[in-house]
Amino acid sequence: MGFAAFLILFPFLAAAVLIFTKNNSARKAVVFSSGIIIMAAAVLFSVREFPGSGNAYLGQSHLTHRIDNIMLAAELFLMALVVVLSVKHRKYYAGLLSVIGTAAMTWLEVSGRAATDEAHIYCDKLTVIMCLIIAFIGSLICIYAVGYMVDYHNHHTEYRDRRTFFFPMLFVFLGAMFGLVMSANLNWIYFFWEVTSISSFLLIGYTRTKKAIDNSFRALWMNLLGGLGFAAAIIYSAIMLDVTTLSGLVNHGTPSLILIPVILLAFAALTKSAQLPFSKWLLGAMVAPTPTSALLHSATMVKAGVYLLIRLAPAMHGELSGTMTSLVGGFTFLIASMLAITVSDGKKVLAYSTISNLGLITACAGVGTKETVWAAVLLLMFHAVSKSMMFQAVGAIENATGSRNIEDMHGLIMSAPFLAFVMVIGIAGMFLAPFGMLISKWAALKAFIDADNIVLVLFIAFGSATTMLYWTKWLAKILVCKAHSHKVYHRTAGGEWLSLLSHAFMMIMLCLLLPTISIAVVEPLLAQLYNVKSVSVLAPEDLVIMVIMLVMVFVIPVVARVLTSRINTTPNLEYMGGVNQGDDRHFEDSFGNPKNMYLSGWYLEDYFGEKKIWLPSAAISVVMIVAFIGLSVGTLSGGVI
Amino acid sequence: MVGSMIGIVLYLVFAPFVGGLISGIDRKLTARMQGRIGPPLLQPFYDVRKLINKEILLINNMQFLFAWCFVIFIAFTGALFYGGVNILLVVFVLTTAAMFLVLEATTTNSPFSVMGANREMMQMLSYEPMVLLTAVGFYVATGIGPHDGTFNISEIITHSDIPNVVYLPGVFIGYLYILTIKLRKSPFDISMSHHAHQEMVKGITTELTGGMMALIEISHWYENVFLLGLVALFILCSKWWSIPLALIVCAAAFFLEVLIDNTSARVKWDLMLKSAWIITLVFGAINIFILQMF
Amino acid sequence: MATKVAKSPWLLHYDGSSCNGCDIEVLACLTPIYDVERFGIINTGNPKHADILLITGGINTQNKAVVEQLYSQMPEPKVVCAVGICACNGGVFKECYNIIGGVDKVIPVDVYVPGCAARPNAIIDGVVKALGVLEEKRKNMKGGAAE
Repeated sequence: MGFAAFLILFPFLAAAVLIFTKNNSARKAVVFSSGIIIMAAAVLFSVREFPGSGNAYLGQSHLTHRIDNIMLAAELFLMALVVVLSVKHRKYYAGLLSVIGTAAMTWLEVSGRAATDEAHIYCDKLTVIMCLIIAFIGSLICIYAVGYMVDYHNHHTEYRDRRTFFFPMLFVFLGAMFGLVMSANLNWIYFFWEVTSISSFLLIGYTRTKKAIDNSFRALWMNLLGGLGFAAAIIYSAIMLDVTTLSGLVNHGTPSLILIPVILLAFAALTKSAQLPFSKWLLGAMVAPTPTSALLHSATMVKAGVYLLIRLAPAMHGELSGTMTSLVGGFTFLIASMLAITVSDGKKVLAYSTISNLGLITACAGVGTKETVWAAVLLLMFHAVSKSMMFQAVGAIENATGSRNIEDMHGLIMSAPFLAFVMVIGIAGMFLAPFGMLISKWAALKAFIDADNIVLVLFIAFGSATTMLYWTKWLAKILVCKAHSHKVYHRTAGGEWLSLLSHAFMMIMLCLLLPTISIAVVEPLLAQLYNVKSVSVLAPEDLVIMVIMLVMVFVIPVVARVLTSRINTTPNLEYMGGVNQGDDRHFEDSFGNPKNMYLSGWYLEDYFGEKKIWLPSAAISVVMIVAFIGLSVGTLSGGVI
Repeated sequence: MVGSMIGIVLYLVFAPFVGGLISGIDRKLTARMQGRIGPPLLQPFYDVRKLINKEILLINNMQFLFAWCFVIFIAFTGALFYGGVNILLVVFVLTTAAMFLVLEATTTNSPFSVMGANREMMQMLSYEPMVLLTAVGFYVATGIGPHDGTFNISEIITHSDIPNVVYLPGVFIGYLYILTIKLRKSPFDISMSHHAHQEMVKGITTELTGGMMALIEISHWYENVFLLGLVALFILCSKWWSIPLALIVCAAAFFLEVLIDNTSARVKWDLMLKSAWIITLVFGAINIFILQMF
Repeated sequence: MATKVAKSPWLLHYDGSSCNGCDIEVLACLTPIYDVERFGIINTGNPKHADILLITGGINTQNKAVVEQLYSQMPEPKVVCAVGICACNGGVFKECYNIIGGVDKVIPVDVYVPGCAARPNAIIDGVVKALGVLEEKRKNMKGGAAE
């Protein structure tokens, strides 16, 4: 219990200290030490909690009553904050959503219906995994942010330096995430859920430009809408079912009764995980400095949504809620990967790929079999590490070269080799066989066929082709070896390197230890989630093949190195119809003048462009969600009649 | 286990010979269709022997690395296939191999190979869904009747005494369609043509010299033997007669590809992409959809 | 077998300062009547794959650098075959203000095929002669490497 409480409370303490830390080196000391303390606490926490069979803490007592009151006060304060800000910026709808949600929850709280005897904190293996992700990725992002923000404000003198606000918010975010994954009580989860919504809103609006404010309000209203769904689910289950905890809901005896709250919670998770039609807020979040996007995209915010879905997965299996979630997720996977082809802004590609990957996780959780949840958990881990790493790498590249456009990363392997290597590790970890994405896709595909869901199979089949295209395209740009290239001079701070290298190390370890992680971590986790003795997903012979592939990936470069040592490797001119000007960059045109030769990647905007497919796909997803929620309400009333 | 080891060894050793011979037959057939006598049957082997005896001019070291990766992953794909393991895994490794070929071309920064690589990516985008659906099709087809579905290739063959193509006619047509792309046959030989004088020289292989080019040739042989093996998988079943039948169907499919190659003009990539995806949806998806009803 | 490279000669055809007569004849070699693919000959259009540089027409001040670069981009062993009288010594264009002369003014030529225009039979004959030179050069290359 001690570590759990510490993990939730300590980030808030660090945030409080950081508000008053104006000096950059003092801030650096505070962030570094807090980050390390959080990581250490998370390790100790997981050592304690992981072997157990799920520990419940904090039954109903004076203490929890007091905490409930504090939360209520905090919620009212946040509501007031949102109302003030939305009036100030004339975005009244956001304030309205906040008022409705908070009022409903306050009523529930005051009327005493939310009272419960059950534990408020519950730590099982999934909690531990989430805590480790939040602690390690989140803290490293904070550490990276210290160096990054110095450069950021050197480059962007037009924005006011609000770092005394920025760093506390990062830590508040971490604290809220810890609270979210550890709470068992639905009310508590809701509270932390709203805290993440509002702190992400504040972080996105960091620069206070018009665009930043618009985007932050978009993020806010979408998440508050999801929050409304969440609140409705809590009120429904408290009044109709007398259930106040998440596990109580999932393990409820009669599946037909919990359909409504589960589908509402799934709806809330879809908004949080930026699934269609709510994907825009995550794209808009890119106006914020890189650490914010890294945090939102990898370890926190969007992971809160899929975390909730994974918790709900056993209850969604074979139900309407599961079908809705998996269809919306699979659809998002396909559409977002198509959109990722059409953009050249590196951060935007990452954003779309995040949405797309979350779509896959969502689809897996929605199907809700053991195999798909296995895939979902693995994907969640791979995605957290690689996405955080790539966002930070792109941020560092932008600070170094002044651009985050993929086309400007042409030949990055020559001009900034180390940053390029980090990018390559991230991309390879995302989609190359035998790593993360592919293996999860494999499990997902098999489970989708078994579930007789041919539409999902098609989403995967086409989505994996488009996914492959945008990653290959980017990888190819980075790995161009231009002759006579110069290294760019860049000043990437020590903290940034520390974070990037730790991520790269984690990524490689995740790949290398994949079979071990699957057997020692993910399969026991599934057994716990499904209340069964043991689960085994990976067949031994498939494991052997994966190990062979892993070995190949490491052996081939070495062998190739040895083989090249025998042949002459002085670079030769490339073929340009005999008119190469001798530098591999220019050819002689018909007037005898040197002309620059450059081939850009293909973006297929006429086929998959945002203008073309965004509106129809948003419409389709809205119809899907409305239809399924309507259908489940209909089923319920039909059942009552 | 022993059976699959034999399959792997046989494939790794003999696939280049079979593949080279198939390529020789291809060139002979093509010549005859064009009213020429054509090269000797063993010409592909002469070509490769010559290439090995030539100097290697590298643009950079990375090129060498990726070319080797391509060869090894292609051979690995086929080895997994003929070893009779998981077909879905085979498909994934195949994708990875194709990606290495793209990287080999783009890393040179040469205009012609980069253009070829861009087009190769379009080819991958076109055939990838159908390749995955083919694997899915086998899984669904083996799931009909008393058994569970399986991705295991040896079980796909032995599970019944009716050829899979009976259940999967649409998937078979879809596969034959993308086979034209995979075999780099006209009208879809847009990233690299086996015939001389393409509008962008030798596309994706432009910058490969000597032994490197030989490597790529050999890996294409490996790849072709694997692709035709996948055709055979549609026919093979537990009955003995399926083996000669499979050989005949492979030969017929190959002849069809050569005929199409010689009678059609190269198309633009967008037509290839659209038509391949439409065929995938119309034939592949609907076939599987109907099968799932059972 | 002695013929390690001679059974698969791949050509790079370059058209210098010619009247295009020889070029038409070169292409005629590919047609069913002459069918040079019988000898494994392929017209690659890519110096990096070529063994034989087949040049028609003379060298002028503009294409001098191009011919040199193409020749340098061919991997060893390689031979040059000058087809037609213009490629051999400039032909009727010899006295033009911009003509430098035959191909041998800029790169070493191994086989000269005379004619205006050179007949397909003569071209094929020239290429077959070039094969002997090619094989010879390969042996020397190996020998050089061994020393």
